Parts: sequence; C-alpha cells; structure tokens
Amino acid sequence: MENKEDKEFVDFIVTARKYKTLLTEKYKNRQVWHKPFLGDVISNLPGTIIKIEVKEGETVEAGQLLLIHQAMKMLNRVVAPVSGVIAEIGVQEGEKIGKNHLMVKIEPK
Amino acid sequence: MTDLSKNIQTLREKKAVVEMGGGEAAIEKQIAMGKLTARDRILSLLDKNSFHEYDLFVKHDGRDFGMEKKDLPGDGVVTGTGTIFGAPVCIYAQDFTVAGGSLGLQHARKITKIMDHALKMKCPIIGINDSGGARIQEGVGALAGYGEIFYRNTIASGVIPQLSLILGPCAGGAVYSPALTDFVFVVENISKMFITGPNVIKTVLGEDISMEDLGGARVHAEITGNAHFYAMSEQECFEQVKRLVSFIPWNNQERAKAVEPKEPSAMLNIEQVVPADPKQPYDVRDVIKCIVDDSDFLEIQELWAANIVIGFGRMGGETVGFVANQPMYLAGVLDCDSADKAARFIRFCDSFNIPIITLEDMPGYLPGVDQEHAGVIRHGAKVLYAYSEATVPKITVILRKAYGGGYIAMNSRHLGADFMFAWPSAEIAVMGPEGAANIIFRKEIMEAEDQHAMRQAKVKEYIEKFANPFVAASKGFIDSVIEPKETRSLLLHALKLSVQKEEYRPAKKHGLPPF
Repeated sequence: MENKEDKEFVDFIVTARKYKTLLTEKYKNRQVWHKPFLGDVISNLPGTIIKIEVKEGETVEAGQLLLIHQAMKMLNRVVAPVSGVIAEIGVQEGEKIGKNHLMVKIEPK
Repeated sequence: MTDLSKNIQTLREKKAVVEMGGGEAAIEKQIAMGKLTARDRILSLLDKNSFHEYDLFVKHDGRDFGMEKKDLPGDGVVTGTGTIFGAPVCIYAQDFTVAGGSLGLQHARKITKIMDHALKMKCPIIGINDSGGARIQEGVGALAGYGEIFYRNTIASGVIPQLSLILGPCAGGAVYSPALTDFVFVVENISKMFITGPNVIKTVLGEDISMEDLGGARVHAEITGNAHFYAMSEQECFEQVKRLVSFIPWNNQERAKAVEPKEPSAMLNIEQVVPADPKQPYDVRDVIKCIVDDSDFLEIQELWAANIVIGFGRMGGETVGFVANQPMYLAGVLDCDSADKAARFIRFCDSFNIPIITLEDMPGYLPGVDQEHAGVIRHGAKVLYAYSEATVPKITVILRKAYGGGYIAMNSRHLGADFMFAWPSAEIAVMGPEGAANIIFRKEIMEAEDQHAMRQAKVKEYIEKFANPFVAASKGFIDSVIEPKETRSLLLHALKLSVQKEEYRPAKKHGLPPF
C-alpha cells in the first residue's frame, strides 16, 4: 500500500455530514446520470441501418416501425417510443453507426 | 534384463514422453511468456515429493479434422493429488504447451475425475487455468466437458474449498469454473479473463481495447471483483495460495488447523489508531493488526471495494474471519460492491466453520443515482441475509459510527450477533447528528433568528444525547461498552465461550439470497 502521507483526503458527504476520505478509482469513473429525452431513439448496439420507414415531418404513432437496424446478426425492428412528429432522422440507409447514436428524434404530441 | 525390469523401463520411457508435454519448443515459448509449465506449477505449489499424478496415459477423443492422427500428451492437462503444509489437496493444471491447453472431452473428464475425488476425500481442489478455450475440433464434446466441470463446482460449493489460479488465458465459457469457486488468483501480465475477447468486441461493437485493459489481472482485482488475490509473479501467487490454505479447513466438517498463539506486535497501540473526531479517516487494518495473533492478517480482495475490508487472521491460534468498514475509502460506506464482497465472505466463513468478527465504523449507504440504479437495495440485502443466515460465532465491535441501516446490517444483535461490544467512542443512532438535527429540530431552526447558530446548538444537543453507545446499551442491544485495549482479551473470551455454539435453522432445500 502507498504511504499514508501521500494521500489526499477529500470531503465526502453522507447524510448531511462531511467526512474526510479517499475516493476509489471506480467511484471517480462512475457515470453521471442525465434524464433521457422521451422522443430520442438511441442505438444501444453498434450496427447497420438496413431500411428507414419514415420521413422527417411525418406523424407517427407509438409502436410504429421507424427503421430496421442490423446488430448482433439480428434484424432489429426499431419502433417509435411515443406518438409525435419526426423532427429529425440522424441516419441514412446503409450507414454503419456506433452505440449511443441518435437515430431518430420525435417531437412528442 | 528380467521381464520385470524391462516392463519398468517401458513405463519410465512412456512417462518421460508424456511429461515433456508439448515438447521443447513449446516449453521454451511458455517460459518466454514468463510462465512455468503445468507440472512445474504443481511442483512449486505442493510440498516436496508429495505430488502423485493421475491419468498420464489418457488419450483424446478427436476423430475429425485430422485430430485422429494427433497425439496430445496427457490431453493437455495434468491432474493429481498432493499436500500443502501437510494438508491433502487435489489439483489440476492445464498444459498450454499441448494444443494450447484446449479443452476436449477427455481433458475435461480428467478434471472432473479429480474433482469427484476431492469431493469424496473431502479435501480442497485447486485448478490452474491456462487454456485457449474449447477444442473447436471436438465441437459439442468440449461444451459437455465444461458443463460437467461447472456442475461439480456447484455441487462441491460449501463442502470443500475450491481455489482457481488464472495463469494464462481463460476465456469464453471457461471463465465460469473459476467464477463458481471460492477464491480466484490472478497474476499481472499473465492472467486474462473475459467472456468475449478484444477481437469480437472490435468487430461487433467497434470498441478498441487491449486484452490487458479488458480482462487483465489488475482489472479483475480492482474493477470487476472477480479475483480475490493479485500477485506480480507466479511465485508470489503460489505463496498466497499456500498462506490461504493454512488458514482454511479441509472441508465443511472440519475446523481450520490451529497454530501456536502469538501476541500482536507490541509496536501497535490500539488507543491511537482511531481518531476521536468521527469525520476523520484512518486505516481499519491497523485496528485488526492490534487485535490478531502476531499482527498477521491475510486480506482478501484488497483492491476491489476498498471501503470494506475482509480477510483471515488468528485469535488464540484459531482462524477467524474479519469484516471491517474502512473509513479510509468512501468514508467506509456500504455500496453495491462492498455489500457483495462482505456477503460472499460471510457465507464462506459460515460454510467452513470460521467465526466472524465484525468491526463497525460506517456512516450509512453510498448516496447516488448510479448506486440506486445499480440495485443497491438488492445488493445491500445480501449482507443482511448472509449475517442472519450464519450460525458460526458472530461477534461485533462498534468502534465509532453505527448509523441507520448500516447499524442493522453490520451484524447487529437484531441479526443474531452472539456478542456485541462497543467502544466508548461508538455512536449508535438512526443517522448522523447533522441529518437528524435538521429533521427533529426543523421548526426551531427555521424560526430562529440566527439559523446557523441554532442548527449548531441543536446538532450539539443531539450529539450529547444520542451520539454514544449508552442509549443502545440501555436497551440491551449492546452487551458491554469496553475500553479499546480490552478488545483482544474480550474477543478471545467470546471465542472461547462460543467453541461449542449450536444454532439451528428450519429445514429447507435452500434459502433464496438476493443474488
């Protein structure tokens, strides 16, 4: 273990009281949470856009097919999470996309 | 030459061929990677001249893709029995020099045979993993082999100690045997463990990562918690294995072998370790070293979830397990990882008749969205489950803070603690004084002209009234409030009293811990 004198203790609050302590690497690297936007259709796997079934400005119903996204050897049907108007399409047919890519933005009704 | 000596000569020649494993070139390659050969690893671990090898002449099952013409000495795995400090063990080591240590059905059957033997003889099983994975040419036969190993790991769980050394690649399905065992050992630069390797991740996900960053020794010792012991060399790893074996019993019907008791180091003063200010950190391992025989403590999972400390020491010559909040990291809070770490260790101790000593100093659970969303409720519940379920002697010493849910979780009287001690510095309360004062005296504080001064006054009032061990002691939740320097002698007394402890649970097939 490292020398205690080398350590930088920081303030750490648990139920209104400040403690002096060290942080672990895992704690420092934790993900900060952001509220997901209901109309954002994000890829949760990398893959290829096979076919797009909607156009910008089009009104869609919740559950309606938006596009086919091939990932993990599967043709995944990506459907609208909410009813609304297609505000933006962030992909093209044949395009290879990564994880967390905004595929479609819907302005909810 | 008589017929007998001719036969003996033949045996020696046959053995010599198998013992060369994959041959000189392959052995040189293995050594160049900083690795010992399978047989040398076994010989380094076991007592001198104690190894007896089984199944040297087993042949592999491959009948396709040209495998029928290949001879694989020992089918890529060395198995047998021996002793460590006189304790009997069953052992196997995959031989990377033979077909990359790949696992075919006969290779697996050699392993399951020695596992069955260990279970029947009730002695620990040690597996040394160094394998490229399933032998693809054997197809589903290799998968069957893995499944038969996993099944035995599960059946043997809680009956005999199971140790896994990862001394090479251990990828895909192969990782699940170590994961099912009690202790996993990894070595820097040598161990590699993952379900899907960097190549697949790159192809499928486009994420570029090295084997070391994905599943190297340090990753499993610090990030995933899959490993329990982390070493810089194979030799250091073998020393860790031997030390661990000296602390644990041969099986669940035995107690660990006692050794000559020794007093803790006179250099340490238990009254000077813990700061009086409950907000100041310290290293709880220093408290343990003031208490255990010879100040000798074997820490487990030192790098992962450092906010809780677990490990073995001896008291009066007998093995005990320690669970201690570590104020030095994250103020010693309970969180998902530290709860998992403590709960698994408590269950190991309970399975193998090892008394548990809990040293408590914690402010509560780690606040945060990531913790709540990661399921800190079900993870934290494992600690409650493990302590409540355990029937070995359970002793708690509250050093300083014991707040809220943490007080209940850390082996409180309410979960069945046999002995509850508290230092005079103990604060047993529903939450920290600041939080409590803000709620109880909300109205007074809001209505005061000087809110800050009123809050300070009310916090002080709360501290004087509740931040001590005497409220809990007045209800009998604490058996005695003790001076720090009495800790070791009272723990020895408690352990002596509980040697014959018997406690039963209703008969059931098995409980349902919140996995």
